[in-house]
Amino acid sequence: MSTENKIKMNLQCPMPKFDFDIITMGHGSGGLLTHKFLQSGVFDILKNDLLDQQHDGAIFELHGKTAFSTDSYVISPIFFPGGNIGDLAINGTVNDISMCGAEPKYLSLGFIIEEGFTMKEFWEVLVSIKNAADKANIKIVTGDTKVVEKGKGDKIFINTSGIGVIHPNANIHHKNIEEGDVVIVSGNIANHGIAIMSLRQGIEFETTIQSDTANLNHTVIKLIEQYGNGIKFLRDPTRGGIASVLNEVAELTQLSFYLEQNLIPVNESVEGACEMLGLDPMYVANEGLFLAVVKKEIANDFLATLRADKNGINAAVIGAVTTTHPGKVIMKSRIGGKRVVNYLTGEQLPRIC
Amino acid sequence: MKFLTEYRDPELVTAYLDEIHHITTKPWTLMEICGGQTHSLVKNGILDMLPANITMVHGPGCPVCVTSVSVIDEAIYLSLQPNVILCSFGDMLRVPGSKKSLLEAKAEGADIRILYSPLEAVQLARQNPDKEIVFFAVGFETTAPANALSVVHADQLGVTNYSILASHVLVPPAMEAILSDDENKIDGFLAAGHVCTIMGIDEYYPIAEKYQCPMVVTGFEPVDLLQGILMAVTQLEKGEYKVENQYARSVQREGNKMAQETIQKVFAISDRVWRGIGNIPQSGYEVNDRYKAFNARVKFDIDIPFAEENKECISGEIMKGLKKPRQCPNFGIKCKPEHPLGAPMVSSEGACAAYYHYAGASEVAV
Repeated sequence: MSTENKIKMNLQCPMPKFDFDIITMGHGSGGLLTHKFLQSGVFDILKNDLLDQQHDGAIFELHGKTAFSTDSYVISPIFFPGGNIGDLAINGTVNDISMCGAEPKYLSLGFIIEEGFTMKEFWEVLVSIKNAADKANIKIVTGDTKVVEKGKGDKIFINTSGIGVIHPNANIHHKNIEEGDVVIVSGNIANHGIAIMSLRQGIEFETTIQSDTANLNHTVIKLIEQYGNGIKFLRDPTRGGIASVLNEVAELTQLSFYLEQNLIPVNESVEGACEMLGLDPMYVANEGLFLAVVKKEIANDFLATLRADKNGINAAVIGAVTTTHPGKVIMKSRIGGKRVVNYLTGEQLPRIC
Repeated sequence: MKFLTEYRDPELVTAYLDEIHHITTKPWTLMEICGGQTHSLVKNGILDMLPANITMVHGPGCPVCVTSVSVIDEAIYLSLQPNVILCSFGDMLRVPGSKKSLLEAKAEGADIRILYSPLEAVQLARQNPDKEIVFFAVGFETTAPANALSVVHADQLGVTNYSILASHVLVPPAMEAILSDDENKIDGFLAAGHVCTIMGIDEYYPIAEKYQCPMVVTGFEPVDLLQGILMAVTQLEKGEYKVENQYARSVQREGNKMAQETIQKVFAISDRVWRGIGNIPQSGYEVNDRYKAFNARVKFDIDIPFAEENKECISGEIMKGLKKPRQCPNFGIKCKPEHPLGAPMVSSEGACAAYYHYAGASEVAV
């Protein structure tokens, strides 16, 4: 993370004075230390009417069909260009709910902190959580903090679960997908994974590759409002990248996806990094991206609306649904040959030469 | 991306394909040596675009695939020693040894790190003076200079807790082993561009002459491969057997002298067992006596029984070009990337993995 960002954040939300610099086992004990820690830090910054009840759970009313989702965040390193584990944990769950066609409302927030984690870093994560929650317009209404012994965690793990109300126009289900539907991706692929990988490997490129972590709920809801059941399917291709999502859907529907490699948007530095590291961008993680399968009739308008949104500037049609290879994803290579895009086996491992 | 996009130009590809179709009159079997070339052929769908009477068979140029089970077992043994950090290129981790893979050893608690360069391992040794750092030095002539350099660096810096487990293999002896096989059916070779970048091309002249076999040093992008195929087929159609260099933007006849000197400084040529193929005399590098303090086999008393290859895996026949992955009865059934019988199914450059992941898009059997 750049110094500039750090400074900006600290100015926005100055860290309160704590009488401790590092988090210890006592801060997760449930006793006085936990109380002080939560009162002076967490509750203040995340403040809202539901959280302020300080009950064991949040009590609220929801109207209509609901979507519910959970995810755990164990990323290393926790700070990376474009974000940190805090905004990632909020955006990830917000996006999962959005992909169901729902407007995310309330989130829970669980921390598992490794003993020795500094308050300074914790504060930075917390500020990002707050900013991400504000941006997505969701409330964090309940939470939990545990501390584990040094060596039994990796600085900080976060779990978020969230609940949202399905938009009345939404009808998102893979069963709706038919031959002739169009596949659209909302932006450049593989940015997040490569940002993390280059940091882990200590590889520097001419321009810093930023993670694409972002909340997609406003973008998606706007599209659902406008295009309703013309949108058949939505999914954010996080781990495993766009190839994994499309394989899952091809298998479930026994339809096939026919993609064209030269239509798939990839940032040039990201593509260069993938070449160097021996990775295929189709399998690299994204955190602020979604795939949409839409009716052919609305595809052009949908794309135009999406491109006018800040989360969809680089959106593109990348292929179509066919019946030629049931259960498979086929890609026309840049030079005109065809190949299968298969599931990824385990982790993508860098190659020898 | 300069030097990449030009070599993926669809118009050039079509032009080369047209020319190959135009000149091919007889059936020819070509072997591309390097696994990187195999993957590029399959991933770009080139195999389907070639004339039906040109058969591409896939050579042994996948360092992961040819590393013997015993060497993998040695690496696993070392990784499980207390106080040892074993560093490896990522590719090696999933390859099955006789009982398990390095990835499974890692899950059991072995400290195994994936690195991109052996020089990072020397750095790691300096940062952890109380640990023994072993680098699993596999690869062809391409990775040998950097691995040798790591030993030279460690020696110069006085780093004593660093050693390498060398399992280097050499291309020309393997080509000879393939050509002298009774069942050999290869008419021409696409030699591996990166290996020749280091070693130059002089070693290939006597082989081309002895076996009357054209050899075209070829790159890895679609246009490179098609140009290489065109050059090889042109020779075959004319009855010639020359050494030609398609990859001239990277390969010079004498190779990279400085890299060769570094290799010679640290390594000596030795016999090497190739997985699936067996022992090939004078086909590998081992750390020489001058640097034996950095040889993990000398430093550690590696006490493990000799391991047999998995007899169900036909990787030897595949790497000699005698069979195609789909001709293996276990392909995609008993042998899959998630539970491989042999290395070609797991390595990112393995022929079986290439077919498993990418092939099957066309109705043409490849």
